[in-house]
Amino acid sequence: MERVPILKIGSTLFVSIQIDLQDETVIRLQEDLATELVATRATGVIIDITAVEIVDSFIGRMLTMIGSISRLFGAETVLVGMRPAVAITLTELGLSLRGVRTALNAEKGLELLSGSS
Amino acid sequence: MDVEGSRARMAAFLRDHQDKIVGRWSELVVAGVRGRSSAVEARSELEDIYSLVVAAMSGPGEQARVELRAVLAEFSRSRARSGFTPSETAVGLFSLKEAVYEQIADSAELMPEFIAFSRLIDDLGLYTFESYAAARERIITDQATSMLELSTPVVRLWDGIIAVPLVGTLDSARTQLVMEKLLETLVATGADHAVLDITGVPTVDTEVAQHLLKTVNAARLLGAECTVSGIRPQVAQTIVSLGIEFGDIATKATLADALAHALARAGLKVGPA
Repeated sequence: MERVPILKIGSTLFVSIQIDLQDETVIRLQEDLATELVATRATGVIIDITAVEIVDSFIGRMLTMIGSISRLFGAETVLVGMRPAVAITLTELGLSLRGVRTALNAEKGLELLSGSS
Repeated sequence: MDVEGSRARMAAFLRDHQDKIVGRWSELVVAGVRGRSSAVEARSELEDIYSLVVAAMSGPGEQARVELRAVLAEFSRSRARSGFTPSETAVGLFSLKEAVYEQIADSAELMPEFIAFSRLIDDLGLYTFESYAAARERIITDQATSMLELSTPVVRLWDGIIAVPLVGTLDSARTQLVMEKLLETLVATGADHAVLDITGVPTVDTEVAQHLLKTVNAARLLGAECTVSGIRPQVAQTIVSLGIEFGDIATKATLADALAHALARAGLKVGPA
């Protein structure tokens, strides 16, 4: 099974999803991220989905859950680089990803994290 | 009855009287359209059609019929485009019957042939009408498309601030287009603030509000904040009496207020020079 690498940059965990998301991949990512958050005591998580073209309701919900889980460890989650088509799909599905912050690109996401901490 | 023979006789008659019939026909057509096309113009156009009608009458040849239909389709398309009414277009063909009848009235033995000929013209008239309607339909769809494109500009107000002046009713098709254009511009320009100006939206009901909320939510997913501006007093009353909730979306009375709000959020200040 494919795994999504988690990179630690300073006090931020950086996750760049470059593959087509399968349900198991996202569940695995959620577990890995929780473990990593405990191990590194990071204060921010950036999830880059620039390369993701298809998001369904399950993955949308999992992204919200990742946000909630990170908050339990005291870390803020920022979702960056969403494509317009993905945003339209999520809105049509009625998912507004409450609790997850969003930014246009990774740079703005980092700014957002440094501004809030 | 010898159908082939009768058709051939009719075709021969038409060929013999071509000059007189076409002359009378173009007179009738020009009178029918109240002088909007010149006699010479009409005559050359009708001569083409006439010779094809004769060819179609004289033999079973599919070739002539196909050609005739193509010419008639073009004829009605050009009429539709230059704004002729449906009856003016149809009269163009039906008056051929009248022109022929005037010539044939004296020779009673050709009456059965004339009826067959008349049936052919009716058929062609219907076809003309159909092509006319199709051409009109095309014009309408083209206009609808260009209107949709015209009505959704996305303008840049400031570095990082874009605005979408919405004019006209917001239905789902337009919302979709506005959303797509807005999101694409957000990504392309890297703007993080968008102003949706609804000054030009005549009425805001629950459906329009729903569409606006959807657009704002989609923009938020990209990380951009939206402000809705241009809410007129009557619109505000409707919104409140319908119980529409804009939630935590900032709403402003004018585009200027919204711009000021966006500038403040971006940490910018406009002051006297």
